[in-house]
Amino acid sequence: MRTPLLVRLGRSFDARSWQLLGLFAAFALIAVPIMHLLLPPEHPLHLSTWFITLIGKILCYAIVAVAMDLIWGYGGILSLGHGLFFALGGYAFGMYLMRQIGRDGSYQSDLPDFMVFLDWQELPWFWVGSDSFVWAALLVLVVPALIAFVFGYFAFRSRIKGVYFSIITQALTYAAMLLFFRNETGFGGNNGFTDFKRILGYSITAPETRVVLFALSALALIGTLLLARTLVISKYGRILTAIRDAESRVMFIGYHPLWYKLFVWTLSAMLCALAGALYVPQVGIINPSEMSVANSIEIAIWVAVGGRGTLIGPVIGAFIVNLAKSWFTVSFPEYWLFFLGTLFIVATLYLPQGVVGLWFSLRARLRRGGDKGAPATRGVGA
Amino acid sequence: MRKKSMRKFALLLCGWLLSAGWAQAAIDPSLLKPLASEDSDSKIAAIAALAQAAPEEALPVLKALADNSLALVGERLVIVDGERVLDAASNAEINPAPEAPEAIGINNRVRRELSAALAALRLFSSEREVRWQAAQEVTLSADAKMLPLLDKALAGETDAEIRARLQLAHAQASLGSPDAGVRHAAVRTLGESSDPKVRQLLIPLTEKRGEVWSEPDSAVRAAAGTSIRAIEERLAWADNLGRAFTGLSLGSILLLAALGLAITYGVMGVINMAHGELLMVGAYSAWAMQSVFRAYLPGALDWYLLAAVPFGFLAAALVGVLMERIVIRHLYGRPLETLLATWGISLFLMQVARTLFGAQNVEVANPVWMAGGIEVLPNLMLPWNRIIIVAFSIAVLAAMWAILNLSRLGMFVRAVTQNRPMAGCVGVPTGRVDTLAFGLGAGIAGLGGVALSQIANVGPDMGQGYIVDSFMVVVLGGVGQLAGAVWAALGLGVFTKFLEGWTGAVVAKIVVLVFIIIFIQKRPQGLFALKGRFVES
Repeated sequence: MRTPLLVRLGRSFDARSWQLLGLFAAFALIAVPIMHLLLPPEHPLHLSTWFITLIGKILCYAIVAVAMDLIWGYGGILSLGHGLFFALGGYAFGMYLMRQIGRDGSYQSDLPDFMVFLDWQELPWFWVGSDSFVWAALLVLVVPALIAFVFGYFAFRSRIKGVYFSIITQALTYAAMLLFFRNETGFGGNNGFTDFKRILGYSITAPETRVVLFALSALALIGTLLLARTLVISKYGRILTAIRDAESRVMFIGYHPLWYKLFVWTLSAMLCALAGALYVPQVGIINPSEMSVANSIEIAIWVAVGGRGTLIGPVIGAFIVNLAKSWFTVSFPEYWLFFLGTLFIVATLYLPQGVVGLWFSLRARLRRGGDKGAPATRGVGA
Repeated sequence: MRKKSMRKFALLLCGWLLSAGWAQAAIDPSLLKPLASEDSDSKIAAIAALAQAAPEEALPVLKALADNSLALVGERLVIVDGERVLDAASNAEINPAPEAPEAIGINNRVRRELSAALAALRLFSSEREVRWQAAQEVTLSADAKMLPLLDKALAGETDAEIRARLQLAHAQASLGSPDAGVRHAAVRTLGESSDPKVRQLLIPLTEKRGEVWSEPDSAVRAAAGTSIRAIEERLAWADNLGRAFTGLSLGSILLLAALGLAITYGVMGVINMAHGELLMVGAYSAWAMQSVFRAYLPGALDWYLLAAVPFGFLAAALVGVLMERIVIRHLYGRPLETLLATWGISLFLMQVARTLFGAQNVEVANPVWMAGGIEVLPNLMLPWNRIIIVAFSIAVLAAMWAILNLSRLGMFVRAVTQNRPMAGCVGVPTGRVDTLAFGLGAGIAGLGGVALSQIANVGPDMGQGYIVDSFMVVVLGGVGQLAGAVWAALGLGVFTKFLEGWTGAVVAKIVVLVFIIIFIQKRPQGLFALKGRFVES
């Protein structure tokens, strides 16, 4: 008999995980708004705008990390082009935000400023409808999904995998970056979109809007985690993991890996796009450098540091790396690349399961030590 | 302005040529005297008169005037030549040298007249190079009044190249002739040129000025049309040739960047994301060698590049071997993790360069022997630095081929590429082969970096720009052999450059990347896949 969806969802996490998720939701949806809006700025528990923006940004990154983990940790596909989908989502939503500026831009025109600057007389065809929130939300999900589907279909059908696939995705995002850098492409060239004023008519810089966006990001992250969890413990998830470990065998058993891979690949791209759309109004800018090769590779290190093949790992990884980044770039800007470079090396050499794996093995060793009293002989993660 | 003065001057010259022939007398001092005049007009008149009366002897005087070394001592004009003082009229040295010669100054107007006069005079110089220069200058300002002069110059000219040039000038001058037959012949001669400027000259002949044809004779018009087409065809040829060459030079750089990558990927299945930074190491080695030469061997500065080649190779190879020993060795069988780890190394190396040498680009100068180029056609110049880089990459390729095919290490490398476990079983020390192959690949990247330092900016970020391109070469060419990398690099280089002519650089790059992405769908193993039966991992 088929178990109802809600029950299955309920069983997908154990009690501890549900508690953690609930705690996180309570923090993001109740505590943060109170601490930001109601407490006076002098109060020690007051959360500054800077903090809200930073954490909101990292929440978006965490969604990207979970999306990356789905394809890399569970599907064995390392994409070095996920920045593309993130940026596409951001651009799709950015179009809407640009239209919301209305006549408040520097040129007081109906067209976005950069188009006036380029002396364009009317909106290009792909901007049609961008003043509608619903259409923008649709674009955010559909365009990256379509691109991911078409690209993935051809790549997986030709059974491109491993480093080849990684490099091709890298070329894809690089080509897209070059394309978006051109003014003629119609997305603001180098400068991208910025100077947003409103979202759904509300001021984008108002504290209330920020809190709502923050809460939405948190909800999106929780939703992503639930979805990912349901997915990976389902039969589909098992087959995906099997494909990761031994694609040929899975094929010989009679499964067609193409559709399994394609599904998770497209889903992952859509999650990234969603994160991008939530990211842009909070940060206030989107430009082609989001599609740079370096940005996409950085996503992989969030996942690697946190721990692949677990769902909490990528979230932790995204927080560790990005908090470190914002600390380093303020305090020791010249050491940030040293740190990041070392992180890449250390994470791959010594932390194959990430910090989550480290935590589990430490705990296991402690328990074993307590039970038997014998010292562990092997190094962690060796 | 200059053209006009040339004409005036040419007229005077012609008059002289026809009447006096080659006069050999010393210059009449009365002709020289006005040169010292305060008034520019009389100076100009004097220059013209002087050139007409005694061209051979006038040349040093006019040159001296142009160089500000013509001076006045009392009433006498002298040429100051370093320590010596020569009499302007007789060109004989004055002993003892007179005191306090007073230099004669000239303004810009006089200078222009002077240079035009000198150019025309130089057509009769005894030095080939001088005549060649003068012929080129004359070509573009020739008109009917210069015809007698050109006839005279042609009669005395023996050098084929200069003759061709003068004939062109002659034809051009004949365009203004009242005789339609002369114009017809001239238009046809001009059709043999491949100079875009000649095309510009001919175009007006085929056009109407108001209601009337600017060329009344229809046969001449038709001939002009034919000539224009002939020139355009030749120009298009030169354009394509130029593009093919820049494509070749881009291809050879891609090849240098990709060869090392192809080896390491072939042998170890490892994508080295720090490869671009190994190029950077090579480029900085060139800079370091330049600094060392500048400090200790300033006399041999022009040859620093020869020392930079082995130094760049060794420096990059050392970095490569260290990378392999410290990091990559421990990640065998995990290619995706290796990719990330090498990316970390690349970030690290970039920051090291930034810390050691600063975030700004450093300046690496071309040695003198790499400056300039060969002019193949009037609108096609092949720069020496590009030619040398193409030759250099051919040499590197040959060396690579020799190492891979003739040496024992090469045999091991090929064996490990084909089948690692089996190679290990028959006694190939696979670990050591990995280290050496990685060092070799890194060293070649270093060589590529030395080459790049001659044509591109050298800075901490330079490697990033090449990493995607060189991967594309490897992906397109397939791994495990040189032929794939060679064809892919050259093909990509030439294809990109021809596309750039059509679409501009950015679109060309996008098109190439999209093309490769599509190509890979068809041939996932690249152009030149190794044949054999492989069980996929």
